[in-house]
Amino acid sequence: MSSHPRVPGHADPGRSTMVTRRHALLPSTALLLVAPETRAEILPGGTGMPWRPFAGHPPEVVKPGPWVFFTPEEGAAVEALVDRLIPPDPETPGGKDCGCAVFIDRELAGGYGTASGIYMSPPFLPATPEQGLQAPLAPAQFYRSMLAALDQFCRAAYAGKTFAQLPDGEKDQIITRMEDGSLQLQGTVAKPFFEILLRDTRQGFFADPVYGGNRDMAAWKMIGFPGARYDYRDWVERHNERYPHPPISIAGG
Amino acid sequence: MATKLPATDVVTIGLGWTGSIVAKSMTDAGLRVVSIERGPWRDTATDFPPSYSPDELRYALRLDLFVRPAQTTITFRNRPDQTALPIREWGAFLLPNGVGGAGVHWNGQTWRFLPTDFVLKTHLTQRYGAKFLPDDMTIQDWGVTYDELEPYYDKFEYLCGTSGTAGNLKGQIQPFGNPFEGPRSRPYPTPPQKQPYGPVLWAEAAKEMGYQPFPQPSGNLSQAYTNPDGITLGPCTFCGFCERFGCGNYSKASPQTTILPLLMRRENFEARTECEVTRINLDSTGKRATGVTYVDSQGREWEQPAEIVFLCAFQMFNVQLLLLSGIGRPYDVSTGKGVIGRNYSYQVTSSVQAFFDNKIFNTFIASGAIGMIIDNYNGDNFDHGPHGFVGGGYMGMNQPNARPIEMTPTPPGTPKWGAAWKKAARDNYLSTIVADTHGSCYSYRDCYLDLDPTYKDRFGRPLMRLTFDFHDNELKMSQFLTDRLAEIVQRMGPRQIVKLPRVGHFNVVPYQTTHTCGGAIMGADPATSALNRYLQSWDVHNLFVMGATAFPENAGYNPTDTVAALTYWSLDAIHKQYLKNPGPLVPT
Repeated sequence: MSSHPRVPGHADPGRSTMVTRRHALLPSTALLLVAPETRAEILPGGTGMPWRPFAGHPPEVVKPGPWVFFTPEEGAAVEALVDRLIPPDPETPGGKDCGCAVFIDRELAGGYGTASGIYMSPPFLPATPEQGLQAPLAPAQFYRSMLAALDQFCRAAYAGKTFAQLPDGEKDQIITRMEDGSLQLQGTVAKPFFEILLRDTRQGFFADPVYGGNRDMAAWKMIGFPGARYDYRDWVERHNERYPHPPISIAGG
Repeated sequence: MATKLPATDVVTIGLGWTGSIVAKSMTDAGLRVVSIERGPWRDTATDFPPSYSPDELRYALRLDLFVRPAQTTITFRNRPDQTALPIREWGAFLLPNGVGGAGVHWNGQTWRFLPTDFVLKTHLTQRYGAKFLPDDMTIQDWGVTYDELEPYYDKFEYLCGTSGTAGNLKGQIQPFGNPFEGPRSRPYPTPPQKQPYGPVLWAEAAKEMGYQPFPQPSGNLSQAYTNPDGITLGPCTFCGFCERFGCGNYSKASPQTTILPLLMRRENFEARTECEVTRINLDSTGKRATGVTYVDSQGREWEQPAEIVFLCAFQMFNVQLLLLSGIGRPYDVSTGKGVIGRNYSYQVTSSVQAFFDNKIFNTFIASGAIGMIIDNYNGDNFDHGPHGFVGGGYMGMNQPNARPIEMTPTPPGTPKWGAAWKKAARDNYLSTIVADTHGSCYSYRDCYLDLDPTYKDRFGRPLMRLTFDFHDNELKMSQFLTDRLAEIVQRMGPRQIVKLPRVGHFNVVPYQTTHTCGGAIMGADPATSALNRYLQSWDVHNLFVMGATAFPENAGYNPTDTVAALTYWSLDAIHKQYLKNPGPLVPT
């Protein structure tokens, strides 16, 4: 068997310095799009599976506290919206107390909000329903413009009140009109905003609590999902029996 | 300007399933192999440990393990007279990235195709007559038979430790397996996975109706298994985080759990990650590849000369690289001539939801490939004469996951929000099951791939353009399969069922399956195929193209077992013939 070719420009291929080699190529500033910690690497054979300490990428735990993306007015509107989409009942808290607005705030402040990873090159042309969303606005900009338009609409229609200040019945009427496509906000149909808001609210409700929603795993307890337990070998053949253990989160019990 | 590197013997473009199999095989022969992989290095302990792998938002919704559309995507239209637009975020299919490729985040369903699937055109024409097939259907025989591939299916299944029950051992039909499968030379390496409640109940109903249900062959192992290369996999724990996730238990067959631990010990192997091949280089005759050019994550361009080039990227990107490299004649839809991009096919899936009272299915106890299946309506296992379509699929009660963002079904008529939605989500989560069909998709003259005239990737290269729609034959098939499935589900005694056959145009938004196929197909005739029966380019003899790219049409099964079997089949011919006498393995 021949030895490895030496690769000019790449780092020293000596196997004793493999870890150094794996770090040798500097991260790009221009081309990396999503994961800035990654970089081109040479992984030589002969040493077994490459490994270095702390190479994993665990999620960052969302902490409660002030809004990161929303203004106070936007935060109030979103808390009001998520609490009507998923209202509280005697057994399970609603979207607000489950942290759905906090979840959306943190997501909009991160890669989801800036459409990181999404193909955003123009032209943005009219699409058939089969071709999928062709939206030039990243979700953070879209939320900002639609929330402003929603409160503007409410102030005009409901004697100066914002969405959050309306009684539940009127909030539900507005959401119903957003859903059925009959409500226009700033001249655009509000239905796409409704759909994204509902999707994000449900994600916050059911996602692991590490992301700020599903507080105390309330949504998982509601439906009977045990979360990140990861091993059901002793239950797979126990048919038609209720699984007895409470859920656990990747952030801990 | 590319910096030229010292030559190597073999380059693989991509280090997924096929790249890993090729690299292992070619290093076996003492050759120096360099694998150039677009995505990052990935391994179980660092990239999908049980401590944070079960994260639905990150992996199933934000698609952390897949290629970012911002890095590259494809454009899509249903018909040639429409303007294709970019798929800006993934939907119908999810294209892979990184070491291990789709082998990291597949479900593990490990199916062989039927013997008739490889001689499809000949078989259907003989049984039903040429007029039975739609005029614009462009199905072909593969140029290889099931019997030729059998040893290579066996090799992959024993590499993976596949769990299942044989239905046909050397021609003898077995009582608890799939009676329709082609003969296999020996039993599965490990017994089938245990089955949860839903699949067991479904199988009882199917049996009462005269079918022979059997456990789905699974790449998520029923027990620990040490493969012939000495690499050990662990038993599946039914965690329910399988497809779209890496496995934290070393129990899902993947390059990481079956090949890479051996490959990475070999001094004649080297992987280069976060390096994207931009073209395959040819010599002045255009008949021989001289190597590849790639760009690393700093944007530096390198030329890697090699004696043999294996194109082992995912199906779409294989076709794109062939077109960008000027290899083979591009397909022209107006004339039907040309081969690169021709015969794109997909998979036609459908489902039946069933809502029960007083049953607890615990559908979160799940593995990507558990389930009970019948195969009576796959391929040509039944007489199509009265039905007016060809093709078919398997059907059954799988239980791949019940992750709550994706899988909280509510009965029809339930509002999407508010107190009524919340109550319905709570009341139905544990007592609802979804059965499905997994159908073939045959190829047509107007379903193809070419380069997009408008949209570019980050290097300014044209994106792949997909022109595809479902045809009446496939929609009829889906209706038929879904009706048969619903009859069985109905017998389980649900309160309500919802039939969801595939209808209307192909839509890139809802997830269906990542089984994209074709575009550089294998065959016996260079006028209608890009590759010969050994997956060797007809035009460039030292270029071999692996993957479902080679499927002339798609059968009613998951593709991985067949992709791997074809790879081993090709490699065997390379070892036995090509390395001794490099040149075309089939005369033109």
